[in-house]
Amino acid sequence: MATNYDYEEAPANYDETHRQDLGYDPNFVPDSVKSFVGHLYRHIREKNVYEIHQMYEISFQTLSDRLFKDTPWPSVDAVAHYVDNDQVFCLLYREMWFRHLYARLSPTLKQRIDSWDNYCSLFQVVLHRVVNMQLPNQWLWDMVDEFVYQFQSFCQYRAKMKNKSEQEIALLRQYDQAWNVYGVLNYLQAFVEKSNIMQILEQEKEGLEQFTATDGYDYSGGSNVLKVLGYFSMVGLLRVHCLLGDYQTGLKCLLPIDISQQGVYTSVIGSHITTIYHYGFANLMLRRYVEAIREFNKILLYIYKTKQFHQKSPQYEQILKKNEQMYALLAICLSLCPQVKLVEETVNSQLREKYGEKMARMQRYDDEAFAIYDELFSYACPKFITPSAPSFEEPLVNYNQDAYRLQLKLFLYEVKQQQLLSGVRTFLKVYSTISLGKLANYMEVDEPTLRTILLTYKHKTHAVDSDGKIISNADVDFYIDDMIHVVESKPVKRYGDYFLRQVVKLEGVINDMDRIKLE
Amino acid sequence: MGRETPKQQQQQQQQVSYTVEQLVAVNPYNPDILPDLENYVNEQVSSQTYSLDANLCLLRLYQFEPERMSTQIVARILVKALMAMPAPDFSLCLFLIPERLQMEEQFKTLIVLSHYLETGRFRQFWDEAAKSRHIVEAVPGFEQAIQTYAIHVLSLTYQKIPRPVLAEAINIEGLSLDKFLEHQAANSGWILEKGHGRGQLIILPRNEFNHPELKKSAADSVPLEHITRIFPILG
Repeated sequence: MATNYDYEEAPANYDETHRQDLGYDPNFVPDSVKSFVGHLYRHIREKNVYEIHQMYEISFQTLSDRLFKDTPWPSVDAVAHYVDNDQVFCLLYREMWFRHLYARLSPTLKQRIDSWDNYCSLFQVVLHRVVNMQLPNQWLWDMVDEFVYQFQSFCQYRAKMKNKSEQEIALLRQYDQAWNVYGVLNYLQAFVEKSNIMQILEQEKEGLEQFTATDGYDYSGGSNVLKVLGYFSMVGLLRVHCLLGDYQTGLKCLLPIDISQQGVYTSVIGSHITTIYHYGFANLMLRRYVEAIREFNKILLYIYKTKQFHQKSPQYEQILKKNEQMYALLAICLSLCPQVKLVEETVNSQLREKYGEKMARMQRYDDEAFAIYDELFSYACPKFITPSAPSFEEPLVNYNQDAYRLQLKLFLYEVKQQQLLSGVRTFLKVYSTISLGKLANYMEVDEPTLRTILLTYKHKTHAVDSDGKIISNADVDFYIDDMIHVVESKPVKRYGDYFLRQVVKLEGVINDMDRIKLE
Repeated sequence: MGRETPKQQQQQQQQVSYTVEQLVAVNPYNPDILPDLENYVNEQVSSQTYSLDANLCLLRLYQFEPERMSTQIVARILVKALMAMPAPDFSLCLFLIPERLQMEEQFKTLIVLSHYLETGRFRQFWDEAAKSRHIVEAVPGFEQAIQTYAIHVLSLTYQKIPRPVLAEAINIEGLSLDKFLEHQAANSGWILEKGHGRGQLIILPRNEFNHPELKKSAADSVPLEHITRIFPILG
């Protein structure tokens, strides 16, 4: 059951001496690295965002592949010499250093703690000092994304107490502030507040601010770092709340970002996908299936059209993984809430290919169906965490699966409550009117039971949206006077939205054309 | 210091709850507000108000520091959430409550009650609620809230409903039901068809869910807010 879920991390029980055996000398700086840090440092000082981006995305990857396939980069102390010992650059370098370590190797507990310290120092600088840098959105997104990822990873690691060495336990006790859930949440919250990003987005709607139009970059000599980190932190908060199982608050944190429009969140594909994945998942758990289906459909179509452009990027694997997970979530949503007109042709055919058979089995609601719901949920869900500190009392246990098991159990409980709806739907599709007695007969239940089933159908297909209004998700609906009268829902064509989008698009094209100076 | 008048007390209470909502909005990830949030739960119970955000905030803090959790407060939060149906608040709260706590007797009962309400089994619900008076009577307004939910679901489903079905759903019978129906007819647009006792039919108010022809074609309506976005372009 949990095989897909188990966190794939090699046991991190080697220490400093073992690493040195691999021939890694933290103080050795190859010439290409000297050149790399030197140039990167200069570009950051000169605010050459494009060059920074190239070096960050491409050069760093190339050097990692060539020289540091399974060792860390040179230590920050060794490279500091080549960058004037600049404090901020060193913090940025260390952030990349740890990210590389997490991606290629397995961090030890001490390294996890050191990474936390580095984030604290880096974030303190951004929050409390005037920072005069412009960094590419990709980098700023990666910082927030990695921060949340390392937090999740730490919680998973910490929850496996069973085989911890005495040394590790001592360290955990000593550094109980490292990756503390309060700390993580408060940093993200601090970014949102200090950057004033919510007000900026509000004022942008009234034309008083420029943010989305410039992709978050500051063209008046200032810095984009705090603002954009504040922006991405809203997505970070959504993610953390999903990991905790608090979907309502997660969605609230994302509210200032209008996901029906392009925005800074779409400027980086990783951010776009993470936002929609968590948005969709949260809506699924809130039983707003139609909303989830709509968003999954849009993003899956987008990925289908654009993934070829990201084949060389270091995020490619992650993009593909999230793509597959969202297809699984879409399969779940459509099995619980069949909709005919919400899914695009291309997405639909991909969905049929991957999950057509499983969806048919899920809608039968027998024991096998529950096993498939279990399987898909476990494959596609976020890696839930237990945020509280561990108990150090004997016997030491592994409790890293507890959070996941609870969410899965509650999800399957909901699925079970909807078990009888599928049967009702089948009959409603066939009849335009039918008496309660007759339907009860066909469904082999007595009339009072049928009434409860019909009430359940109505309740489960009429969700409460974020404003407290009731919206119908039912593709087939009914009402009862003396008989049951079936109502087929009409497809909705949204011309208004289409025209609005085209107006904005055309304006964008005209603006672009105006900007081209003919020489 | 004399005794405060009820009005003064109410004003003070309003001041306290305003502050708690502010705390939840501005500084939610803060272990120090835990006592305030607990007091706020008790206040919601006694003054028949409700705040999902504040209660979720408290459940999160309990998650972060399980040794500070109060099962009594959690139970009260769950009862309040049940009263918020059809909103899915009860599930949202369960997502944040550890599994082993959910296995305790009073929580198992609450989960069963929720299950009955989610699946329209009102008779079983009222039977079980009667057995668990100590849990549900601790929260004023519980009965009315569930009756409101029952009527909501019935209004989604029925244009006309037989009296016994209604009676079972809202757990009112006989003369009390007669009075209740008269009140609804006078104030909420219910129509009582001729017929007595079990044969009586009640016509529920028309809405878009039990009268599909009333469904506004929201298809092509564009919210004004969306249009305002292109005002700069329209010039």
